[in-house]
Amino acid sequence: MAETTKVTMAQALNTALRDALREDDRVLVFGEDVGPLGGVFRITDGLTRDFGEERCFDTPLAEAGIVGLAVGMAMGGFRPVVEMQFDAFAYPAFEQIASHVAKLRNRTRGRLTLPMVIRVPYAGGIGGVEHHCDSSEAYYAHTPGLKVVTPATAEDAYWLLRDSIADPDPVVFLEPKKLYWSREDTDLGRRGALPFGRAAVRREGRDATVVAYGPSVPVALAAAEAAAAEGIELEVVDLRTIVPFDDETVTASVRRTGRCLVVQEAQGFAGVGAEIAARVQERCFHSLAAPVLRVAGFDIPYPPPKLEHAHLPGVDRVLDAVDRLQFGDEPDTRHLLKGAVA
Amino acid sequence: MSVKSLRQTVQGLLPSLTPVRFVAEDGTPVAKPPVGYSEPSEEALREAYRRMVLGRRFDTQATALTKQGRLAVYPSSRGQEACQIGAVLALRPDDWLFPTYRDSVALVTRGIDPVEVLTLLRGDWHCGYDPAATRVAPQCTPLATQVLHATGMAEAQRRKGEDGVAMALIGDGATSEGDFHEALNFAAVLRAPVVFFVQNNKYAISVPLARQTAAPALAYKGIGYGVRSEQVDGNDLVAVLAVLTDAVAHARAGHGPVLVEAHTYRMDAHTNADDATRYRDAEEVERWGAADPLSRLETHLRARGVLTDADTAAAREEAEALAADLRTRMNADTTADPMELFDHVYADPTPQLLEQRAQLAAELAETALTQED
Ligand SMILES: Cc1ncc(C[n+]2csc(CCOP(=O)(O)OP(=O)(O)O)c2C)c(N)n1
Ligand SMILES: [Mg+2]
Repeated sequence: MAETTKVTMAQALNTALRDALREDDRVLVFGEDVGPLGGVFRITDGLTRDFGEERCFDTPLAEAGIVGLAVGMAMGGFRPVVEMQFDAFAYPAFEQIASHVAKLRNRTRGRLTLPMVIRVPYAGGIGGVEHHCDSSEAYYAHTPGLKVVTPATAEDAYWLLRDSIADPDPVVFLEPKKLYWSREDTDLGRRGALPFGRAAVRREGRDATVVAYGPSVPVALAAAEAAAAEGIELEVVDLRTIVPFDDETVTASVRRTGRCLVVQEAQGFAGVGAEIAARVQERCFHSLAAPVLRVAGFDIPYPPPKLEHAHLPGVDRVLDAVDRLQFGDEPDTRHLLKGAVA
Repeated sequence: MSVKSLRQTVQGLLPSLTPVRFVAEDGTPVAKPPVGYSEPSEEALREAYRRMVLGRRFDTQATALTKQGRLAVYPSSRGQEACQIGAVLALRPDDWLFPTYRDSVALVTRGIDPVEVLTLLRGDWHCGYDPAATRVAPQCTPLATQVLHATGMAEAQRRKGEDGVAMALIGDGATSEGDFHEALNFAAVLRAPVVFFVQNNKYAISVPLARQTAAPALAYKGIGYGVRSEQVDGNDLVAVLAVLTDAVAHARAGHGPVLVEAHTYRMDAHTNADDATRYRDAEEVERWGAADPLSRLETHLRARGVLTDADTAAAREEAEALAADLRTRMNADTTADPMELFDHVYADPTPQLLEQRAQLAAELAETALTQED
């Protein structure tokens, strides 16, 4: 048996980039400060030193330029892996992403394809000031033609990034910043059982299904731990890829448990969690003992560092929602409470 | 850097003070031929003339087909043929072209089947030709975005050690978009072999150039990025071909990108759906009509004895045949297959797309049944 070692998500990502650069000459890494500095989060640490300027390089500071350049280079036979420095600073590239990255295969009936990866450090929980903590997954997930990936473990960070780089289609790879430094025991050389596109059941439980992805997975797991102490067994499903979405795993779990919560860090309105809740109701209605609930951030611009704790869904907010899953047969009357406008 | 070499660097980047021109509006050669550019061969000019006749006829036929309801919309480039043809003839077949919606005539000149060029506007699919085989990117509508793709493609060629060049076509209005500036900057920093060719036809839909820029000419946008720049009379095919051939050679030789601005004019409205009388007067259009690039080249080549009556008649005959063929094929009704909608979203359709595909198939089967009843 291969040995496991302690690895952070940041190291796993760095190793994935190294292995991809080593195995495929077409792979290039570029973006802002990804060269000698190694990126502001050090995900590209040492790549320029070890693979040379030709394979990992700094570009001028312009996000549309970086993504647009990558489009042309992918058309020209390369496999660019570009870094957006932060979630909110990817917005200048949005036109390139929505109008070209996502659509080129479709526009040309598959004659031109764009195997490229746009890496985006995203979401909060690190005390970042404004414009550094957006959960922007819904914008990308709402754009047909993109695959949207977000790992929650170091092992997934490695394999999902390798798979994304090898994928024939463009991938927006969302890296939960707050998990960059989380450590786990793993052997990156050994591929896990799950293929790209399948969700993982991170914890089994019979009473309710908690669907989470990226930064919310550890929150869901911590809540499951706490709930277990109260005698409620939560099953935690980690999506891994938002697109493609694994209806099969989610549906099978909810049909088994009869209850479902969706946890996301992003603001709730029109978010990925809303889509999941709708899909679950459509597919599992007759198995459901309670409405599908969303646990999300509030519908506000991302708060300043001292207030992000109030915004981010933590264990308590998840457990509150678990309480509202009608285990005691009382209907959920929370919408009738003071302040409700319905 | 010494002041002297600094001055040389700056002057090497700046465009000439007035647009480069070989042939005056009346078809006579200019008194002082431009320095630094070699005139295209007579062979090349005769071929360019033939292409311009074909391109003009294609354009007027496409406009007519639009009036007959065969095209959803058509952005004419009548009056811009010297630019469209000069651009394509300056490139090798293995160079890449990144055109806009305005550049259908360039695509026909590149040898793409005119019906495939019009697939987009006919509404059958977003791009009718094979971009990989023709090395012509799909016609681009989000303004200036294609200029970055051309830069990326050029950079890809350079890194692969190939000597291919990419040329991006762009309008005057689109030079105000950020992507244009990012592309100039990236290309200069990377020394990518790309040529940026601006067709300044004086309007962005209704908005005149004066509302777009305060620069003395769009060609001056190059200096700020360290991009060598030039401006040319866009209705003088001889000059356009000379300047673009030089620009392409410069890029191919590894000396970096070049920006070329062509001064031309859009004779028709922005598209058939636009009413140009709301923003420009008839005298202006008439004035530019006198600068027509096709008659200018014809007069010029006839005077030089390079073009005979037989040549012009042959070109016109070929053009009529092209138009007749286009009419026949465009007047045939096409059917688009709704099932194809799901085929090219991803390499392999997601389970959700397969479900939706089955749903649409069922809907269509249902409709077919009700129609039978
Ligand atoms: C990003 C973007 N904004 C707006 C439009 C709508 N639009 C289409 S053509 C056009 C005018 C462009 O003018 P110019 O660049 O001068 O090119 P021309 O049409 O004159 O060839 C506008 C505003 C667009 N296609 N893309
Ligand atoms: Mg214009």
